Amino acid sequence: MTALELRDVGKIYGSDENRVVALEHATLSVADDEMLALLGPSGSGKTTLLSIAGGLLSPTSGRVEVGGQDISAFNASQLNRFRRESVGFVFQQVNLVPFLTARENLMVVDEISGARSGRASAGRADQLLGELGLAERGENMPNELSGGERQRVAVGRALMNEPRLVLIDEPTSALDTQLGNQVMELIRQEIKERGTAAVIVTHDTRMIHYCDRTVSIVDGVLRDDAGASAAH
Amino acid sequence: MKLALRELRRRPSRFAVAAGVLTLIVVLLSFLGGLLDGLFLGSTGALSAQRADVFVYSANSRDSFLRSRIEPDVRAEVAAVEGVDTVGGLGIGLLTAAVPGQQDPADVALIGFEQPATGIPAPPPDGQAFADRRLETAGVRVGQTLEIGRSRTPIRVVGWVRDSNYLLQGGLWVNADTWRATVSAARPDLRVADGVMQVLVVSGSGTPASLAERIDAATAGATRSLSRDDAILSIPGTKEQRSTFLQIIFTTLAVAAMVIGLFFSLLTLERTGLYGVLKALGSSSRQLFGGVVAQAVLVTVVALVIGEILTIGLTAIAPSSIPIELTASRSAFVAVGMLAASVAGSVVSLRRVVRIDPASAIGTSS
Repeated sequence: MTALELRDVGKIYGSDENRVVALEHATLSVADDEMLALLGPSGSGKTTLLSIAGGLLSPTSGRVEVGGQDISAFNASQLNRFRRESVGFVFQQVNLVPFLTARENLMVVDEISGARSGRASAGRADQLLGELGLAERGENMPNELSGGERQRVAVGRALMNEPRLVLIDEPTSALDTQLGNQVMELIRQEIKERGTAAVIVTHDTRMIHYCDRTVSIVDGVLRDDAGASAAH
Repeated sequence: MKLALRELRRRPSRFAVAAGVLTLIVVLLSFLGGLLDGLFLGSTGALSAQRADVFVYSANSRDSFLRSRIEPDVRAEVAAVEGVDTVGGLGIGLLTAAVPGQQDPADVALIGFEQPATGIPAPPPDGQAFADRRLETAGVRVGQTLEIGRSRTPIRVVGWVRDSNYLLQGGLWVNADTWRATVSAARPDLRVADGVMQVLVVSGSGTPASLAERIDAATAGATRSLSRDDAILSIPGTKEQRSTFLQIIFTTLAVAAMVIGLFFSLLTLERTGLYGVLKALGSSSRQLFGGVVAQAVLVTVVALVIGEILTIGLTAIAPSSIPIELTASRSAFVAVGMLAASVAGSVVSLRRVVRIDPASAIGTSS
């Protein structure tokens, strides 16, 4: 099974002379428990690709399937629902809700979707916090947590809705090497345990050995670094 | 929504400024409303106390008590109209009264009446009066004998009544004969003949409008009948007073809406990043905007509670010469107005919330 399948996906911003091609003929597939690193300089289109895969942007052309579901023609509310139920995001700026505790930041996902409530939601949040080594930090507010702890809470939040696909934007950009390794280790562990697919955008080559495969993107064009275009 | 309420609880200080400003607006609105009601009641209490559907004036009076005269024959015609149950006479004279032991005379509205009204028992015997509490501040006491007008007609105060004044002059309620005699003696120019009253207060069946129509038809145009509300508004100055106050009140409500609009649109601007993330996680604009409205409404409710308590406290220590009248219906009016202003104000943020792009959560570098 493939968790993510992009076929000939293109994204063009603006029109006529202001036309910017952000992504061109992107074809990519990510297997169910695969961890894919997406490498590229800034402006290369990696954020656009991540946004399209996560249903934050609609492609101009091509087909996007997540877990067998074609989302390329979804309207805004269908995309909302898709994001609530089928993907998890870890953003570059951690972006926890500042007035909620670590545990509540995880439970927000359930509040938005109404999936679980009360004790079930708290139980799931506690389980994730435990796995991420934050069992003791559940009641702390974001400003009482270290950068690494905040990033781990964000990983927990991304896994709260049991997604098929987790999209992670520059997870280590604000962390030193040691903390970066720790976070990547945890991400790998969580992803592999669950059989969830992950796409990790990074320009930090020290981190790519945690991933199964690396794909580069330059000027909106994908290049499989392993030399093969199919998923392994 | 839950998120918005939790923010209110966790970070009340963020909303303190808005709540403070809105509290002051509530106090202002309650005072304005209280003053309006106080002045209105002070001007019209004598009429609004009447248990009547219709007030009958003489046709040439231009709806003025002072100019109106109803002769006994016209009165008999009114009483004979089908559907008319009770007919009572009413007369008002604006006079001064010398109060024993006081240097300054008191302004009184000498009111002659025939039927008990709300809070006012049946007319007292000749030469006696019920005085409105308002006259207490002029030094009037029960048991005193006041001397009315230049003729110094003596009238003894035998009891208190409330909210029974006319044109902000203290009501002095006497029977019809005493009224005629006193007014005629004090103001020979306003002489009232025996059996004549200024206005008839009539109650009967059917709508006030249809009753008024039947009465005016039966007197062949000798009378002009008004519903109670119209009669009250025909008192000189009341309409103007009320519309002026209401304009100030509605302007203040518009200011409240603007305060809320400005405050919450700044807050929304500040939350653009957070809302982007929440949208990326699947929140709808409706959920987020619902949170903004919930916060605006709750902040307003807090302001209403504190503002009302402050108003009650301030009214209690305000000098009695300020005619403030706090009523439940005016509080309800302020509450409804403020809540409407809070919803209207938060709508300003709607466009901004809708326009936040979930894709903004993931950076714009490429």
